[in-house]
Amino acid sequence: MATAVRPRRRAKSAPWWFIAPGLVFFAFVVVVPSVQGAGYAFTDWDGISPALEFVGLDNFRTLLDDESARSALVNTLLVAAGITVVQNGIGLLLALGVHARIKSRTVLRVFFFAPAVITPVVTAYLWKYLYAPEGAINALFGAVGLQSWRQDWLGDPDLALWSVVAVVIWQFAGYSMVIFLAGLQSIPQEVTEAASLDGAGPVTRFWHVTRPMLAPAMTINLMLSVIGGLKLFDQVWVMTQGGPGGATDTLSTVIYRQAFSFNDFAYSIALALVLTALVAVISSVQYRGLNRRERAL
Amino acid sequence: MNRYTWRTAGLEAVMIAAATVFAFPIYVLVSLSLRQPGDQSSPLVLSSPTLANYGDAWQQAGLGTALLTSAFITITSVALVVVLSALAAYPLARSTRTWSKAVFLLFMLGLLLPFQLALIPLYQTMRDLGLLGNPVALVLFYTGLQMPFSVFLYTGFLRALDPGYEEAALIDGCGPLRAFFSVVLPLMRPVTGTVVILNAIFVWNDFLTPLLYLSGTEQQTVPVALFGFVGQYVSQWPMVFAGLVIGIAPVLLVYLAMQKRVIQGFAGGLKG
Repeated sequence: MATAVRPRRRAKSAPWWFIAPGLVFFAFVVVVPSVQGAGYAFTDWDGISPALEFVGLDNFRTLLDDESARSALVNTLLVAAGITVVQNGIGLLLALGVHARIKSRTVLRVFFFAPAVITPVVTAYLWKYLYAPEGAINALFGAVGLQSWRQDWLGDPDLALWSVVAVVIWQFAGYSMVIFLAGLQSIPQEVTEAASLDGAGPVTRFWHVTRPMLAPAMTINLMLSVIGGLKLFDQVWVMTQGGPGGATDTLSTVIYRQAFSFNDFAYSIALALVLTALVAVISSVQYRGLNRRERAL
Repeated sequence: MNRYTWRTAGLEAVMIAAATVFAFPIYVLVSLSLRQPGDQSSPLVLSSPTLANYGDAWQQAGLGTALLTSAFITITSVALVVVLSALAAYPLARSTRTWSKAVFLLFMLGLLLPFQLALIPLYQTMRDLGLLGNPVALVLFYTGLQMPFSVFLYTGFLRALDPGYEEAALIDGCGPLRAFFSVVLPLMRPVTGTVVILNAIFVWNDFLTPLLYLSGTEQQTVPVALFGFVGQYVSQWPMVFAGLVIGIAPVLLVYLAMQKRVIQGFAGGLKG
């Protein structure tokens, strides 16, 4: 056989054209429309007519004067911050709990993670019902004598945004837990045992041994929740559609409404570009900061 | 350190209490779906349960068709994603040339881009191609959208995989395609499991894209069908909730049947 006589060289097993089919799909769905989108943001495109004019930064100027878009921008940042801090805080506590030697830990893991696989549309409807003025949460508070805790959870403009955030946290705290748990399980037992032989109590052990070794899991969790929080759409759209009076609008809901209710495509895309910049800047700053900390340890 | 002490027992009690709080919404979901339609008592207690709501919801929401549409879209796009991203990851993991690094970076850029930016131009393109209202549009969409993440997972796995196996196959006279499908792909089974789980759950649960691309047609995915169904019957909570339970049953059953794999998939997939 020809191959047998050929001098042995490193066989070329992976031809470049293997990339082609996947790259074509990716280019068609992500690259080309994103580039188009970035271009349209500087035009007055209405989504239908091919005639469009370059308007420079007009769409972005509109954004500065647009009260509702500005408040959506603020809401988006609040949502991302709230989700990131609380979801990861709870996720970390749950992970520490189910990492300990309790008997029910396997069952509890399955339990806490379950909401993360449920369709967000469904959890949003479920909570819309729970939050209703005569819904289950108020009924529960009433039943245990906490009448004053009863609220119009989604109807009160000061409360609605945080009610939505709470749903996201409930749904994805188990997700953070699972990632922290993987981090905890990768810590060699000898390290924690050595620390406790040296007389370190549980708090010292956590702070000086566990916490630094959880840095990679922390990086992943923080990145995921920031990006997810900045893009939040489904839960808001189902529960409040951005209401009452824009109190729960996020960039994603405004983008959707501008395009598909008001047909202002160019403006909608300009907002999407702002969202893109936000995600890119925040996550790269975060990545650098966390990476530096990780390396410093 | 390994003894079950009073402290451990206390922790166990706290964790079970936390789990009860977490499960409360799910309890309400299921108990409401089993309730008699006219029952006005507190939503916290369930008396005289009935399964009638499930039959009503199944018929009113057209969930049969929606489940089929969702299953078609999920299975087809996940299969495409697996094959195409594994193929693409292979040269990306093996070649150290500049072009290979550049293509890999391009894919990784796709992880950052919020798809809202691409949403509208792509919507126009799909309309011009006459694909709006056609589930095929969604298969195309998910295959392209999920490429970066899956390529990322496969490339990481392949870099750690000894190239000796595929080289042996090539020396034995295999073509590159055959070597890939009969040697490399089977070796990547663990990571393929992760890719399948993560993508399938994402595609099944996605709401915004099918809402846009399939709006105004008979063919709806489960989340969109539920969205329309709830809008229509909003006051009939027991039937609505039965519909919601049917809608999430497939994902939940898969999750419960393979919980260990699913949890590992989510955790392991993101370690890279």
